[in-house]
Amino acid sequence: MKPQGLFSRTALVFGLVFLYVPILSMVVFSFNNSRLVTVWDSANSPTLKWYSALMSNDQILGAAWLSIKIAMISATGAVILGTLAGVALARFGAFRGRALLAGMTTAPLVMPEVITGLSLLLLFVALEQTVGYPSGRGPLTITLAHITFCMAYVTVVVQSRLVGFDESLEEAAMDLGARPAKVFFRITLPLIVPALVSGWLLAFTLSWDDLVISQFVAGPGSSTLPMVIFSKVRLGVSPDVNALATIMVLIVASGIVVSSLWMRYQNKRRERDMRLAASANL
Amino acid sequence: MSTQPSGPTAQAPYLRIENVTKRFGDFVAVNDVSLHVQRGEIFCLLGGSGSGKTTLLRMLAGFETPTSGKIYIDGQDMSEIPPYDRPVNMMFQSYALFPHMSVEKNVAFGLEQERLGRQEIKRRVGEILEIIKMTPYLARKPHQLSGGQRQRVALARALVKRPKLLLLDEPLAALDRKLREHTQFELINIQEQLGVTFVVVTHDQEEAMTLSSRMGVMNHGQIVQVGTPTDIYEFPATRFVADFIGSVNMFEGKLIEDEPDFVRIRCEDLGGIVYVNHGISSAPDATVWVAVRPEKINLSRHPPAPAGGAHQPEAGAGENTVRGTVKEIAYMGDMSIYLVRVESGRTIRVTIPNVARHMEDRITWDETVYVSWHAASPVVLTR
Amino acid sequence: MPRFSAHAGRRIVIAIPTVWLIVLFLIPFIIVFKISFSEVRLAMPPFAPLLEWLDGKLVAIKLNFANYAFLFTDALYVSSYLYSLKVAAISTVFCLLLGYPMAYAIARSSPTSRSVLLMLIVLPFWTSFLLRVYAWIGLLKSNGVINNVLMSLGIIHEPITMLQTDFAVYIGIVYSYLPFMILPLYANLEKHDLTLIEAAADLGARPITAFLRITLPQSLPGIIAGSLLVFIPAVGEYVIPSLLGRTDQLMIGRILSDEFFENRDWPVASAVAIFMLGLLVVPIMLFQHFEKRTLEAGK
Repeated sequence: MKPQGLFSRTALVFGLVFLYVPILSMVVFSFNNSRLVTVWDSANSPTLKWYSALMSNDQILGAAWLSIKIAMISATGAVILGTLAGVALARFGAFRGRALLAGMTTAPLVMPEVITGLSLLLLFVALEQTVGYPSGRGPLTITLAHITFCMAYVTVVVQSRLVGFDESLEEAAMDLGARPAKVFFRITLPLIVPALVSGWLLAFTLSWDDLVISQFVAGPGSSTLPMVIFSKVRLGVSPDVNALATIMVLIVASGIVVSSLWMRYQNKRRERDMRLAASANL
Repeated sequence: MSTQPSGPTAQAPYLRIENVTKRFGDFVAVNDVSLHVQRGEIFCLLGGSGSGKTTLLRMLAGFETPTSGKIYIDGQDMSEIPPYDRPVNMMFQSYALFPHMSVEKNVAFGLEQERLGRQEIKRRVGEILEIIKMTPYLARKPHQLSGGQRQRVALARALVKRPKLLLLDEPLAALDRKLREHTQFELINIQEQLGVTFVVVTHDQEEAMTLSSRMGVMNHGQIVQVGTPTDIYEFPATRFVADFIGSVNMFEGKLIEDEPDFVRIRCEDLGGIVYVNHGISSAPDATVWVAVRPEKINLSRHPPAPAGGAHQPEAGAGENTVRGTVKEIAYMGDMSIYLVRVESGRTIRVTIPNVARHMEDRITWDETVYVSWHAASPVVLTR
Repeated sequence: MPRFSAHAGRRIVIAIPTVWLIVLFLIPFIIVFKISFSEVRLAMPPFAPLLEWLDGKLVAIKLNFANYAFLFTDALYVSSYLYSLKVAAISTVFCLLLGYPMAYAIARSSPTSRSVLLMLIVLPFWTSFLLRVYAWIGLLKSNGVINNVLMSLGIIHEPITMLQTDFAVYIGIVYSYLPFMILPLYANLEKHDLTLIEAAADLGARPITAFLRITLPQSLPGIIAGSLLVFIPAVGEYVIPSLLGRTDQLMIGRILSDEFFENRDWPVASAVAIFMLGLLVVPIMLFQHFEKRTLEAGK
């Protein structure tokens, strides 16, 4: 093996260990009986007591439910707005305001969250003072903020999917008599569905995960799950958080397994189709 | 050529392009092009990349709007008509088959936009699939088809709408060589069967020659010559056309005798006089170019018969004949290409068909040979 | 563009996201900018208006540069800005040193293992960022997993202090942002034409020379994109230093948040934000430039 091959593979293994050890440690210690999170109490472990503690913690359950609702609405809103922006940027060529739109959709990707959070809060305060809406801060302002920063990601996903496929498909539809709106719904939209699905999942995760921006724009009594977790772990390690993390890892991992099985099935089908196409040549 | 469909009929032009110019910023893609195409023709636009042929095609389809000039189809001005309302359909170079729809759905798409009845759509789709022999595959998706099948579906999808004009963008470019030949004839058959007017864009001269009833050669956004394939090959109007279509030996010269039925030209490159038995219209002493196709040149070990003989009817002694040395021979199978260096240092390209399988006595490397041609063979070009 | 698309529908498609982003992204910055010139007040909102109006006439524009002067004179701000830049820069370098060989190894592995490996890189990203940072507390604490393991192996006898150090912050940032470094690098490396390396070898270059002269220069866009994706958000990082970092030296994201929530000094918080943005304008524009290039490469 070439030297850089050996070196890079070692780095890859090390990197993967680095990525997964913390997650595994949370999973392992979620079954630990001891309150001293990091000391394994082998006499009484494994135990599920932190899971049952979690299930009876109304604060966490309530916050999780609020987070799910916000994440679903935000992801949906972000997909709608991000699709419009992505289509405009990938398909409309040069238009007035293109640079502005392109800039406003890429800047949030790297904008430090404290700045986004602060600026959105100040906007909401100013809006409340001048137009009286939205009154106060709460789930509504959190959702508006999340849609805004998530749509940037969706835009990028949609835009790169659109530049990846041939624009002549849409021209062909138009050539065959379909008006622009029809072209969008019959041709463009079906083709970018995979991008919309992954964009939605990405937006959901970002919203579900967001702490800093939510902290700025949330009002009293509207604590999302990350806000509750943050206030808990700031006070120190707490074992029921390990249980919560394990549940989330489990959900994500099973989602990934299902989707990769689905992808494998799709690949198999594609291979079969390729053989079919090749045999058609005979 | 036997593959050519029936030529233009004498009636008002079906497609009229009048002084069409298209600018992209400072770049002039199509420059003041005027062109008439008759009903039922297969008209090819031939040109290299960047010659403006694709832009012209896209203006016919309505994807680009002319900066100035007008396009009429069957007497109707197309300026204000968007692509989805034009009686024109296009077969895209990439075929642009909708990947998420079956063959049948792809072909039906255009008819659905016309809001035809379900039965009518089914009937017409069935009809066209029968013509292109794709009926067994109607439920397949595009990625389950071979390249040739995709091409036929793309053709059917455009034809099923019975357009007044069918535009084909490099229709054969994506097919391999064997399939291409076969498909060429198939295209012509279908065109004759349905009587649709074709406008084909291609960069492949062979494709243009076999397909078209007439063709237009484009360069730098302009149409430099329009004519039948034979016209264009045998009577190129400019040096560009002569050089672009097929290969040619081009010699610069001075007009020294200019009569209505013959001319003499002194070519320094040949170290002699070229006699051409047809007149040209040019000022005396003008610089002209003599173009001779390699297959119209003879190669012999001895000087050809003198003037007045059967071979050189009116040329004087030594005219249209040059002595040289064979420098290269490329065996191509059906023919061989000889590169002959003449005394001026110029190289002349000659192709000789390989008639017999064994030719022990064939001319070989470094032999001294005489290169000659018939007085009718050269074309004299003034630009 | 063809005339047919100069259409009302087209204008609506452009207008909706543009207006949304102007209202919720652009205008907020203008407000932050405005407030950064105000004076703090004990009121709600806790700042003085910039413009004073009397009988509908503008009588005074009170621009207050004190907030900015404060930033430059108070050692706390200057040192936390410098500290944030240092932490972000060092973390970015570590991220690159680890991420580059990883991306390289993935790009050069077989197509089947490639998709599995990429999935493994992205998977942690789908689980909570906050919880993954929190996991490091358990690992790095004095009585945490790492110290326990090292002590039971007899390598050390005293627990090493790792939590609440710069080291912990570097670990946290590298850990959280590693996928953002690997993905653009992978996307770049995967496109490389391997015959170039063969050509270099054929011309007598040793593998290391071929890497340095052929692969590395070609992957520069990926390096820059990945580094910016790590560096820019890391400068303003709030969660990682709050959970893992030092208490005697704060990063600027924490300062901003404290000014805002603890001191309720909105004008100073705004000035901190504007100044941070000023520092990041060049990297952000650089990022946008590269992002535009990759997004339009397909055309």
